[in-house]
Amino acid sequence: MKPAPFDFVSPDSLEEALAVLAETGEDARILAGGQTLTPMLNMRLVEPAVLIDISRLQTLDYVRRENGHIELGAAATQAALEAWPDLPACAPLLAQALPHVGHFQTRNRGTVCGSLAFADPSAELPLCLALLEGEVVLQSSARRRVVKAADFQLGMLSTARESDEMIIAARFPVAEAGTGYAFTEMALRHGDFALAAMAVMARKGSLRIAVGGVADRPVARDYPADLGGDALDDALNDLAWDLAAADDHHATARYRRELVRRLGRKTVEEALACRA
Amino acid sequence: MPRLKAGELSRISFELNGRTVSGYAEPRMLLADFLRHEVGATGTHVGCEHGVCGACTLRLDGAAIRSCLTFAVQTNGRHVETVECLAAEDGTLSRLQAAFRRHHALQCGFCTPGILMSLEDFLGRHPSPGEQEVREMLSGHLCRCTGYSGIVRAVMEVVAESESGDA
Ligand code: FES
Ligand code: FES
Repeated sequence: MKPAPFDFVSPDSLEEALAVLAETGEDARILAGGQTLTPMLNMRLVEPAVLIDISRLQTLDYVRRENGHIELGAAATQAALEAWPDLPACAPLLAQALPHVGHFQTRNRGTVCGSLAFADPSAELPLCLALLEGEVVLQSSARRRVVKAADFQLGMLSTARESDEMIIAARFPVAEAGTGYAFTEMALRHGDFALAAMAVMARKGSLRIAVGGVADRPVARDYPADLGGDALDDALNDLAWDLAAADDHHATARYRRELVRRLGRKTVEEALACRA
Repeated sequence: MPRLKAGELSRISFELNGRTVSGYAEPRMLLADFLRHEVGATGTHVGCEHGVCGACTLRLDGAAIRSCLTFAVQTNGRHVETVECLAAEDGTLSRLQAAFRRHHALQCGFCTPGILMSLEDFLGRHPSPGEQEVREMLSGHLCRCTGYSGIVRAVMEVVAESESGDA
């Protein structure tokens, strides 16, 4: 369980990092926190020729509020976001979800953008980005583009990022006044991958429900705000079936559908209670 | 911009438990292996090498991290603390170590260095955790001997002592 050999580049600026990426393309990997990439290297699931270490690029290490978003640079760790004093007020959903992301020892190094880049279907941060309709900033030597969450994550571990691009920032919309947010997940142990995770946003006029860990990517849907009682159960049941859950060695598809129905109701109720 | 070639050894130097250590590593060498095989500091253990078991946990610039998910070349010039820093020179155990001994919080001891180093960081940030928080923190560590109860008891005793100003 040791990585295959690779060149190790420590760029002094974003431009240098992008230049290496432009010339190496698919054979290069960006190393930020390394909490997903390094296990994959150790298990030789990936064998890049070059690692580009951006973890010490100060210009990418920030969390700030800007234009109605919370923006995080590519080197900002999950722990930095968790410790950001404005988090509970600006992003109650992220505040609830972060403690479920790995363990505090991995959040100390793991980055928010890195989690989005890997696009694990059961990961919490992509789920939050999908629910909140956040966006990802992609940059290469040649261009910069901003991609909406729904257009970014394309499937299991697959995103719209081109091989010469790097996620330089992620943007989560700041919480709206008078809106309730809730997050719940079911995992075998705290910190394990979610068997199902649910995030809900209860606005005055609408209800938005997102599910992670069941389909090949997070799925978010909008419903009328007055969805209650049987109508809510029916909506969750339809959603559970539409996700085309599969059996794996952690849980059956049927169990996952049941989680969507039950966690879904609980999370909706919590979000409504927060709104009140 | 510094570029280290695959397979090429480069000189690594950092502060380990207050003194400077150095050695040579190729880019792919994990910090845990560097400590154990190059420096000879074998207090840090290696279990799973993918971040799950917690045995390799140490502090890098104060934060508890997995040394199996960090490369030695990334630690140049930084501060690393391992379990070897906890007991006094004469072998007197730290309060946490002593509580571990009293409460049977270890048997084989394989998981212990990682747990102790996590707790150094965790208790620094949360000086008065509840039992549930301690158990959640321990979810980042696998112990196959103790069933965790002794570990939780040891931690809660140290927390209670510090709260009563008994420190
Ligand atoms: S050896 Fe690092 S977490 Fe298991
Ligand atoms: S004491 Fe043996 S694994 Fe924990």
